[in-house]
Amino acid sequence: MLIVAGLAILALILLGLGGPLHARVPRAALWVYGGAAAASAALLLLGLSALALGGEPAVAALPVGLPWLQAHFRIDALSAFFLVVVNLGGLAASLYGIGYGAHEREPARVLAFFAPFLADMNLVLLADDAFAFLLSWEFMSLSSWLLVVANHRRANNLHAGYVYLVMASAGTFALLLCFGLLAGSEGGYAFETIRAKAPGAGLAALVLVLALLGAGSKAGLVPLHAWLPLAHPAAPSHVSALMSGVMTKVAVYGFVRIAFDLLGEPDWWWGLVVLLLGGLTSVMGVLYALMQHDLKRLLAYHTVENIGIIYIGLGLALAFQAQGFPGIAALGLAAGLLHVLNHSLFKSLLFFGSGAVLVATGERDMEKLGGLIHRMPVTALFFLVGCAAISALPPLNGFVSEWMTFQAILLSPQLSDWTLRFAVPAVGAVLALSAALAATCFVKAFGIVFLGRPRSPEASGAAEADCWQIGSMAALAALCVVVGVVPGLFVDMLGPVAELLVGGRLTPQWGLPWLTLVPVAEARSSYNGLLLLLFIAVSTVIPALAIHRFATRAMRRGAIWDCGTPGADPAAQYTAGSFAQPIRRVFGTTVFRAREHVDMPLPGEVRAARFHVELRDLAWDLFYAPVARGVAAAADRMNHLQFLTIRRYLTLVFAALVLLLGVLAIWR
Amino acid sequence: MALIVDLVVQGAQMALVLALAPLLTGVVRLVKARLMGRRGPSPLQPYRDLLRLTRKEAVLAENASWLFRSAPYLVFAGMWVAAALIPTFATGLIFSWAGDLIAIVALLGSARFFLALAGMDVGTAFGGIGSSREMMIASLAEPAMLMIVFTLSLVAGSTQLSTVAEFMQGPEVGLRVSLGLALVGLVVVALAENARIPVDNPATHLELTMVHEAMVLEYSGRHLAMIEAAAALKLLLYVSLIACVFAPWGMASAAEGPASYAAGALAYAGKLLAGGVLLAAFETSIAKMRVFRVPEFLGVALMLGLLGLVLLFVTRSL
Repeated sequence: MLIVAGLAILALILLGLGGPLHARVPRAALWVYGGAAAASAALLLLGLSALALGGEPAVAALPVGLPWLQAHFRIDALSAFFLVVVNLGGLAASLYGIGYGAHEREPARVLAFFAPFLADMNLVLLADDAFAFLLSWEFMSLSSWLLVVANHRRANNLHAGYVYLVMASAGTFALLLCFGLLAGSEGGYAFETIRAKAPGAGLAALVLVLALLGAGSKAGLVPLHAWLPLAHPAAPSHVSALMSGVMTKVAVYGFVRIAFDLLGEPDWWWGLVVLLLGGLTSVMGVLYALMQHDLKRLLAYHTVENIGIIYIGLGLALAFQAQGFPGIAALGLAAGLLHVLNHSLFKSLLFFGSGAVLVATGERDMEKLGGLIHRMPVTALFFLVGCAAISALPPLNGFVSEWMTFQAILLSPQLSDWTLRFAVPAVGAVLALSAALAATCFVKAFGIVFLGRPRSPEASGAAEADCWQIGSMAALAALCVVVGVVPGLFVDMLGPVAELLVGGRLTPQWGLPWLTLVPVAEARSSYNGLLLLLFIAVSTVIPALAIHRFATRAMRRGAIWDCGTPGADPAAQYTAGSFAQPIRRVFGTTVFRAREHVDMPLPGEVRAARFHVELRDLAWDLFYAPVARGVAAAADRMNHLQFLTIRRYLTLVFAALVLLLGVLAIWR
Repeated sequence: MALIVDLVVQGAQMALVLALAPLLTGVVRLVKARLMGRRGPSPLQPYRDLLRLTRKEAVLAENASWLFRSAPYLVFAGMWVAAALIPTFATGLIFSWAGDLIAIVALLGSARFFLALAGMDVGTAFGGIGSSREMMIASLAEPAMLMIVFTLSLVAGSTQLSTVAEFMQGPEVGLRVSLGLALVGLVVVALAENARIPVDNPATHLELTMVHEAMVLEYSGRHLAMIEAAAALKLLLYVSLIACVFAPWGMASAAEGPASYAAGALAYAGKLLAGGVLLAAFETSIAKMRVFRVPEFLGVALMLGLLGLVLLFVTRSL
């Protein structure tokens, strides 16, 4: 099994040659994206079969890497599930890239790193020792960074790349320390060795914090999210989809691997910390998103929100496991991991849609779009499916995972810890709030971009996307519906993962009458997406047919009514900024210190009125600015070290040597 | 055979909510008019309005898309399915397990999502202002509603509405502070969601504070009829929900005879009438709020819901 995986990954790495060879080989892009699609499909099938067959995990060791440590690889249920998520996204993005890549200005810069980026993500999932894990992790960061700066001539992209590189290095540094602590002074870096010994309580706490810093910054936990809304939109859209839909999931995998698998039994407060961070992340992510006018940045902030929802599920699982309820922990974990799958589906779909809009109009600014539903009807339909799915509307997939999270929350009065008893309902309220705000945000996104009248000549001259783009969007939209309608199948897929990580069994769902989802007991709660879909379809069609048959089907087109005073200028429409204004007034004045400045000319004065909104990002102000100031101050202090004489330098080197030898002598 | 009976009862429930919804709206209008010293229209007027609208030609703006034309049917369907999932005259209907209380709240959210999108379709200032404010109100009302749902389901140990209603009929409920808080919160949410005074005024057009009416301004003919019917269904749904949870008396349970079904239907009609009269009386006795006072009003509902929930979490197994 691992041989197949290895060959597919090797093929992906070799496909990177498509970049340098691009000018010489005819249709290189088709080969690269087609090859990447084939390799992803192979890895996807591999993950699915590993999940379906179960059995002992496949293990392999390669004689590369550190001299005393081989490179270990392993596929267990957890990595198999994430293989499915990653390669489903990779397959869709590769197919989309065949169409989208044709519009790339400098395709060689993307082609060289696209397939290796996929390979690195797969390697992270398969790694079974700290060295292989960190090496693949770092390569994943670097290849995605190269893709972020692929369009380096566009303003702000270099800044985005710089922030990303700094944050990625800091994250890997935290993970390095984390694995160092796990391995201990003997240097047992293989996950097998780490699993065998349980770290003490203090050490485990430190490891958890470092894992939250390292994997959490990659996933986009607030306040470590600052790089994400800069870097994800800067990349080409199919890479944005991979980064938002898939790479953040690899980061979640890293956290789950460390917190659930390597660290052993959790403490009660771990769940609390993860829950609170998840709640903060989900509500802040959606509030940030509501304030955005840039379509791709709005989607990136929604990734932050959904990562928060995933971490809420993981936090519930940790809390329940620590208090001895493995069954409910399995439910929380399944809710979080199902949201991992769901988010990768609809976020890739939405980024594909935004890419199609970008190709058709050259615009990411929502204030210059509008009316695209007439010019891009198919893209609009699939984007609408994505919007409804991410807003957690039944009967689509986003609702199922949030519903399961709510069910786990409703079981938490069983927890014996008092802090958790106060925290869990509060986090439930925050989750409900962020779900409702997400619906608002996607009414804004779809309404401003696709509905209304075009706000610029580019928007009125847009053309429909090509068949590759539409095909991959259609496949993802169909999967969003399928997961929503037969969720039982996908929950069952998570059964082995839950058993591996928390030791609790999920009730098998497949084969229940009418394909109902019953996570605990039927008297308690059940949900049937299939039946709801049928119900809605029937009750839509019957009245429509009845009215058309028995009343009238007469219809006339006329001028816009708007209470008799339609503004002829499309600028008279509601804009993204004005749509978000009520939310900005309710939440923004405290969360973002929003200030509105209106400059209204006096009567008779001939100049334009101006309106300006000032928002402050408190995460930058409170978290990053002090760090940046500290670094700058330290650099200033150390500046004079560059201008010493050779004598002084030799003294310094000697002193450092003596100091290190002294430390070593005391340590041993 | 049992399956056929179950299906018939479920179908009767769907037909019943659809048939009674305009009447409830008519009763509320009539009682309001009488309280204000007017004669008021017949309670059957909403039926006549709907019939007239369905027969009229629909006028669409030149740039209205397919979304604009299909949204009324989708909104109506979402509302109808949600209303059909709420036990009215009997509990334990055959499809009641297809969606629990959380799913009902989310179905209402779906209907609202499409209505708000339809408001933005033509690209007018009024449509935009309506959608934007509707979503602002909803993004506060929906979490409040979910908190209330959580409170109810923790008390009854289930999110299934049938189970909750049966539990509430039983002896072990008693008077609980949490349930009182949930009732107040639910009434506040119901007022906001149905665009009633003090949040919005269903009787006005062309007022700067209007929300719901601004959103559907471009609709006419059969499309407007569907939206009006959906609004009537929503009012009925909330009254039924409050009745089903806080006044479940007289409801027939599954597989009792036709006699108990008839008694249940009578009891249900009485509850609807009482709900309509109370709503009309409340609306005539209070003034409309400014739109940016609404978040505070809904914030109260959210806090009440959360307080009820935390009380339950804390007092459980003491």
